[in-house]
Amino acid sequence: MGAYIIRRLIAMAGMLVTLSVIVFLLFSVLPADPARLVCGKSCTPSIIKAINHKFGYDQPLAVQYKEFVQGIFVGRTYGEGKAAFDCHVPCLGYSFLRNEDVTTLIKDTLPITAQLALGGFVLWILVGVSIGIVAALKRGKWQDRTIMGAALVGYSFPSFFIALLLIFFVQIKFAVLGFHSYTSFFDSPAEWFKALVLPWIAVAMLYAAFYSRLTRNQMLETLGEDYIRTARAKGLRERTVIGKHGLRAGLTPIVTAAGLDLAGLLGGALIIEQVFALPGLGRLSVDSVTTSDLPVITGTVMVAAFFIILANLVVDLLYAVIDPRVRLA
Amino acid sequence: MSDPFLQVKDLRVQFPTEDGVVSAVDGVDFAVAKNKVLAIVGESGSGKSVTSQAIMGLINRKTAKVTGEIRLDGEELLTARPEQVRSLRGKRMAMIFQDPLSSLHPFYSIGKQLVEAVNVHQDVSRSAAMQQARDMLDRVGIPNPDRRLKDYPHNLSGGMRQRVMIAMALLNNPELLIADEPTTALDVTVQAQIINLLRDLQREFGTAIILITHDLGVVADMADDVVVMYGGRVVERGSIDDIYYRPEMPYTWGLLGSVPRMDAGRNERLQPIPGQPPSLIRLPKGCVFRPRCAYHELVPGNRCDTERPDLLPVTPEHAVRCHLDPAQRREIAAERLGVATADPAMEDK
Ligand SMILES: Nc1ncnc2c1ncn2[C@@H]1O[C@H](COP(=O)(O)OP(=O)(O)OP(=O)(O)O)[C@@H](O)[C@H]1O
Ligand code: SF4
Ligand SMILES: [Mg+2]
Repeated sequence: MGAYIIRRLIAMAGMLVTLSVIVFLLFSVLPADPARLVCGKSCTPSIIKAINHKFGYDQPLAVQYKEFVQGIFVGRTYGEGKAAFDCHVPCLGYSFLRNEDVTTLIKDTLPITAQLALGGFVLWILVGVSIGIVAALKRGKWQDRTIMGAALVGYSFPSFFIALLLIFFVQIKFAVLGFHSYTSFFDSPAEWFKALVLPWIAVAMLYAAFYSRLTRNQMLETLGEDYIRTARAKGLRERTVIGKHGLRAGLTPIVTAAGLDLAGLLGGALIIEQVFALPGLGRLSVDSVTTSDLPVITGTVMVAAFFIILANLVVDLLYAVIDPRVRLA
Repeated sequence: MSDPFLQVKDLRVQFPTEDGVVSAVDGVDFAVAKNKVLAIVGESGSGKSVTSQAIMGLINRKTAKVTGEIRLDGEELLTARPEQVRSLRGKRMAMIFQDPLSSLHPFYSIGKQLVEAVNVHQDVSRSAAMQQARDMLDRVGIPNPDRRLKDYPHNLSGGMRQRVMIAMALLNNPELLIADEPTTALDVTVQAQIINLLRDLQREFGTAIILITHDLGVVADMADDVVVMYGGRVVERGSIDDIYYRPEMPYTWGLLGSVPRMDAGRNERLQPIPGQPPSLIRLPKGCVFRPRCAYHELVPGNRCDTERPDLLPVTPEHAVRCHLDPAQRREIAAERLGVATADPAMEDK
């Protein structure tokens, strides 16, 4: 087990390195000229040159990459002499557009995305899994058809549409909830909740639609298994047959999907954050793309990739714990 | 004769499907006495499993129509409350299935699954239940039972898994054990071991057994009585001697093939009979076996096409569902199988 985890961690590092190289190469062929973007109206070639020099863009790509990696592990210094400033470990780069280092930008935005993702995750698992189970148990009945119909509708709506519907009905039409901008929980729990509740519901609706279908299908498959028949043949109560033997096997595959989906969401809920004006990682990514803020794009891509790759490992480990047939090797 | 322990009367199981109603079991009658082994034989799809699951109350009554009478020790099960039938399952009647791997829960250890089976019917502590589980594993010939309790199904071989299933079924001393093709999924050598085990346990515990099998050698070895099923019906029923030495139904003749002898090899398989088993959706008006029967022309007036034969007694124990004249049947059997004239008492002893 220990050796397995170490091997997986090494593989994970390898993947991140590969990914960062690819991102670097991709950006080097993009037409965007970062120095030009910050340079402003009264731009002269010498200013551009100076900026390029300051951020190392005049160096060969390999050197730039080396400095990027160095920044992550030992930190780096931008500029020279008096104008020099340090970017501390882990330095993911510096946004000349925002005049802020990427690590700080991510540190500021990631917690908001994480709160959005985790809250939405809890909701969608609770709602999606439970209505999925109900649908499975009422297979073919009106409950099943209603739930699956609603899930299909929810599933086929684009996420921005769900978000806009929520805003329209909850905030505008019935005005049950005003507009609230994000506030830290520690400043005002009530404001914090009001700002996040609709985004949570939006996330939950999107994923719950999918998870209810997934749960229903997994449960139906499991309830048709021979060992469920054995459980009944033993004389177990229907409650135990379904609630213990059925759920244990039926929900196991959902762990994988849920882990990966949560990780994906942690990398930034692009659309939901945008619509609800939540200053999270997703919004940072979108903004940096629209402004060609390459260092920030690189940083957010790396963070998102890190979550996905980490989630893969965690899910595999979790699977080995819950499924005795899985051998980690 | 005392009342049989299990009495099945006119059992019918119908599954409504998109193509029509599947009559998987269509009026089945038989009885099993305490201490006896009843074998049910018949081709795939003849309704053996559905019959046994109906007895256990394992057919979902919401999706299937089950009618008739099933009496366990006099108690009617089909009209009983589901909770009542549940409390009998695993306690007075138990079942083992064809595929022991898929029949055990992959995520629970053997010990957990056995303890659960004890605790659902006995109010004993976990450790007492574990002790019972251990002893039963020992009883069914599993070496190292303490270690096996911690194992998961996938850690065991097929034969060991089936022993675990048998142990699980016997934990609460059931009076009736239904074994639905308990050896089909196993290696030939293991099959023999499992059958020997079942026979020894049957003698030891005095359990009534319904044994569903394709293996005529096993039938000859273990069974007291035999029910032959075809197309969801009992087409012939009798003592083992009746079926092996005095078979009277053309389908049974086909099953027995050319070597219907008690000393036939243990692994004698049912001989394939030309033709297809009937569709259970629109059963023919006459005899279900008619499309594959070589003898229907001997029945006057096309009755095989127009009239359903009844299961009629030849002797109190032996019943046959066929329009052929009994004397003629015996003649054909004698000619075809060369057995009806042999004296079973002489052969047997
Ligand atoms: N839930 C169901 N819905 C529809 N048809 C069913 C259902 N269960 C069983 N059947 C049908 O009932 C018939 C009898 O099936 P059964 O499993 O009892 O056969 P069997 O004699 O046990 O055969 P085998 O030797 O292959 O185990 C089959 O044709 C099967 O397709
Ligand atoms: S009733 Fe007719 S068709 Fe059916 S088995 Fe007898 S002879 Fe054959
Ligand atoms: Mg079967």
